[in-house]
Amino acid sequence: MKRSPQDTEASARKITRRGLFLGGLQVSFAAMLVGRMRYMQVEQADEYRDLAEENRVKFSLLPPARGLIYDRNGVLIAGNEQNYRIVIVREDADDPEAVLNRLRKIVWLDDADIKRTLDEMRRRSAFVPVTVADRVAWEDVAEVAVNAPALPGITAEVGLSRSYPRADDFAHVIGYVGPVSDYDLSKLEDPDPLLQIPRFQIGKSGVEAKMELDLRGSAGTREVEVNAVGREMRELGREEGRAGDNIQLTVDADLQAYVQARLAGESAAAVVMDTQTGDVLAIGSAPTFDPNKFVRGISSKDYSALLNDKYRPLAAKPAQGTYPPGSTFKMVTALAALEEGVIDPGETVKCWGHVEVHKRRFHCWKRGGHGPVDLAKSLRESCDIYYYDIAQRVGIEKIAEMARKLGLGERHDLPLSAIAQGLIPTKAWKREARGADWVIGDSLNAGIGQGFVLASPLQLTVMTARLATGQAISPRLVRSVNGVETPVRNDGPLEISTSNLNAIREGMYEVVNARRGTAGRSKIVGDDLRMAGKTGTSQVRNITAAERARGVFRNEDLPWERRDHALFVCYAPHDNPRYAVTVVVEHGGGGSTAAAPIARDVMLQAFYQGKPPLEAYPANQRGTIQTRQRDIEEMLEMPHDERVKAAEGRA
Amino acid sequence: MSYLEYNVKTVPTGLRKVLYLNWSLVLLLIAVASVGFLMLFSVAGGKMDPWAMAQMKRFALGMFLMFVIAMIPIWFWRNMAGVGYLLSLVLLVLVEVMGSVGMGAQRWIDLGFMRLQPSELMKITLVMMLAAYYDWLDIKKVSRPLWVLVPVILIMLPTFLVLRQPDLGTSILLVTGGGVIMFLAGVSLWYFGAVIASGVGLVTSVFLSRGTEWQLLKNYQYRRIDTFLDPSSDPLGAGYHITQSKIALGSGGWTGRGFMQGTQSRLNFLPEKHTDFIFTTLAEEFGFLGGASLLTLYVLILIFCAVSAFQNKDRFSSLLILGISVTFFLFFAVNMSMVMGLAPVVGVPLPMVSYGGSAMLILLVGFGLVQSAHVHRARQK
Repeated sequence: MKRSPQDTEASARKITRRGLFLGGLQVSFAAMLVGRMRYMQVEQADEYRDLAEENRVKFSLLPPARGLIYDRNGVLIAGNEQNYRIVIVREDADDPEAVLNRLRKIVWLDDADIKRTLDEMRRRSAFVPVTVADRVAWEDVAEVAVNAPALPGITAEVGLSRSYPRADDFAHVIGYVGPVSDYDLSKLEDPDPLLQIPRFQIGKSGVEAKMELDLRGSAGTREVEVNAVGREMRELGREEGRAGDNIQLTVDADLQAYVQARLAGESAAAVVMDTQTGDVLAIGSAPTFDPNKFVRGISSKDYSALLNDKYRPLAAKPAQGTYPPGSTFKMVTALAALEEGVIDPGETVKCWGHVEVHKRRFHCWKRGGHGPVDLAKSLRESCDIYYYDIAQRVGIEKIAEMARKLGLGERHDLPLSAIAQGLIPTKAWKREARGADWVIGDSLNAGIGQGFVLASPLQLTVMTARLATGQAISPRLVRSVNGVETPVRNDGPLEISTSNLNAIREGMYEVVNARRGTAGRSKIVGDDLRMAGKTGTSQVRNITAAERARGVFRNEDLPWERRDHALFVCYAPHDNPRYAVTVVVEHGGGGSTAAAPIARDVMLQAFYQGKPPLEAYPANQRGTIQTRQRDIEEMLEMPHDERVKAAEGRA
Repeated sequence: MSYLEYNVKTVPTGLRKVLYLNWSLVLLLIAVASVGFLMLFSVAGGKMDPWAMAQMKRFALGMFLMFVIAMIPIWFWRNMAGVGYLLSLVLLVLVEVMGSVGMGAQRWIDLGFMRLQPSELMKITLVMMLAAYYDWLDIKKVSRPLWVLVPVILIMLPTFLVLRQPDLGTSILLVTGGGVIMFLAGVSLWYFGAVIASGVGLVTSVFLSRGTEWQLLKNYQYRRIDTFLDPSSDPLGAGYHITQSKIALGSGGWTGRGFMQGTQSRLNFLPEKHTDFIFTTLAEEFGFLGGASLLTLYVLILIFCAVSAFQNKDRFSSLLILGISVTFFLFFAVNMSMVMGLAPVVGVPLPMVSYGGSAMLILLVGFGLVQSAHVHRARQK
């Protein structure tokens, strides 16, 4: 429409005025945007850059190789084995179900495996590898590789898993590894992030558990760039971890294998210790089990079979099991009495088969009595009356003191799952633990290693070694960690007079070598290899008066659980001790018949570092010995899993 | 002024018009679009496909359109304003009735060679319509209630239709753009005071109506507002966009991480990295300097438009130029506020830079009108 020039001018002026105002607003807003941008990009830049890095970079841990465990001669006991698993990547497999069905023709898979794999694939992103089969044999892996074109998306991955080539020989020593449980994590204050890695395994028992921190090593890291959905785009950096420390044990794998084979069929424990260094050369526990089964995941059937076995295969008897030491304790009582001067080695005590103390009758194992008994005879023939007498004279406190000096009642520091403390009773202990006063009968029982006294085979071995050498030697199970030698622990000479020690040693020598010695049948022939020892037969029940009257205490007539424990402690050579051996056969009957022969075989095996010559045995036993040697050789040649069955057969 | 008056003053004719184009504005538009090509090349991982090449073709088409429109006298466009407005309105109703479904909203008509968003077209035709209205209206009547009601209805009709689609971003642009033309045309400030007051009332009622049967916005729009107010409330859901966008922007620093070195966009942490959030890639790769440079180009475009508008004595031309420049301003102001976490995510592209045909073509059509007004303005001999 037609407008007057004045109107036009007015309109233009108004538009300019308001336009300028609006332009001002726009420019201010732009300036505000610049300010905001400056604040974010300059003041807060570092913060945002960190966030961007956090987005972009993912760290993943590389599990280190677990330290290896060797025996004293460098034989591998625990190693790492390559373990193949077959994985599938969804985005590479056009039709996962069809691919899996083709895979089934090569690798054994059941319907549950297929279902689990398909389920997991649906849940995870398309590029995440899903495990189809674990612990696949190398042959199968090779075949999968050959058929790769028909199996898109299928690849084999390799990982390390623990393996125990010596299988059941070392089950109780090195234990086994297993996956990290919530319970394991709850015990740790600041768990190593490694433990969160899926499939990571840690020591569950034995050396594997106790030396976990040495064996584990430290994690490596891998830095990768990931995109928004988590796919790895490239590797930015990689730092290899430090492998775990290798551990060398003091144990001799061949001797250990022999001990296990020799004990097979019994519920028993045996310890061989070097008397000079304290090195534990063998520490056997029977029956045993295959730790490899635990690493792979033991079936509940196998596990409950182990749990329900009355021979308790899972228990580590040498260090964890405690037994009344019986007559093997008599050296302690005698030495305490000698040191206190309450008795002289030549002094005799009359044994009538029993003794009356405070109207209670205490019996000797020999009903007819031993007649006059001096120290040597008391040990040789294991007279109980003699010890009832001297135990009363010297008192429990001195006996306990001597027991401790010899390494009883002490938890020896070995990297094993459970180290029993045993029990050396005192008056104070009884008052505290039982709420009752010490009575004289307690001293009598303790004097012959019965009553409250409890000791583990390991402790008895330490005691024997200390008696043999007069040195306060302590046991050692780990020889070196990563090449660094573990020091031998010898606290110097025991404060016991040599003549008293010699008197005890003489008695122990006679036990094996004298005509009437309780272990006379287990002597070693050959002047340079004479053995000194002591039998023990410890009751696990009270013999009732009625039984005594009937004369029924033949072990064979009793159910297994109520039979006596058979014990034998020994060292050899008697004049220059090198090895101390303890054998405990649970409910084995008499120490002289069940334990001493085993101890002699083990001792000879240790000496000859292999099969001993038959000449070391008394001539009239060589036939039986030869048969037994052949049996054991055959057994050692068998694969481990068959050995277990063979042992069951023998039992 | 009518075309009769143009004849008495100097108005270029024929091909001489090309010399009278606002070439500075053309160069600025090419510069801004080039920034867009560069960023689209970068977010595609250093490839012309799929975005940069397509965008260049569309830009070429848009520039051609701009020149054609610029050659046609401005009074022709003024006379076409009513037709354009009605056509846009009909198309808006059409998408409401039969539009194809995409992105959870019905927004476009498929023309075969491109998808036409009538709401985009409306941004220009509404400005034209209002400018023509105020050119026609007697200046003395501008603030009379009845004559104020007419443009309000003209604005509210398309706004209502766009809001139903639902497209909150465009609705805001339409209302604000229309309101600004009314303001420039000289409508009494009292009206604006009243509108602002009722706007506050409206916001209050929007929030109060939430969850009732009468709620004024869709649930997803409420959720966008929620996440805008507190992005950390939903870091992996809706807040993810804002959070990742801020991280990308902030991590750029002064000079950026370098061309094609932006980890946020290259590794796909950025949502819609080639469309609404392309500014974050620019800010990540070229830093504060890059972002501020683009903003400077935008402000220069505004300034050149304003100068052109103030030089023009024709009421329709002035209002049109300023209206289009304000629309342009609203595009980048809303988009940048959004990616910097100052405004909720409403889906407004970065003008001339974001990948997308409709928005770029419409803006170039708008600048074609600006050029036409510039070329055909009356000049003193």
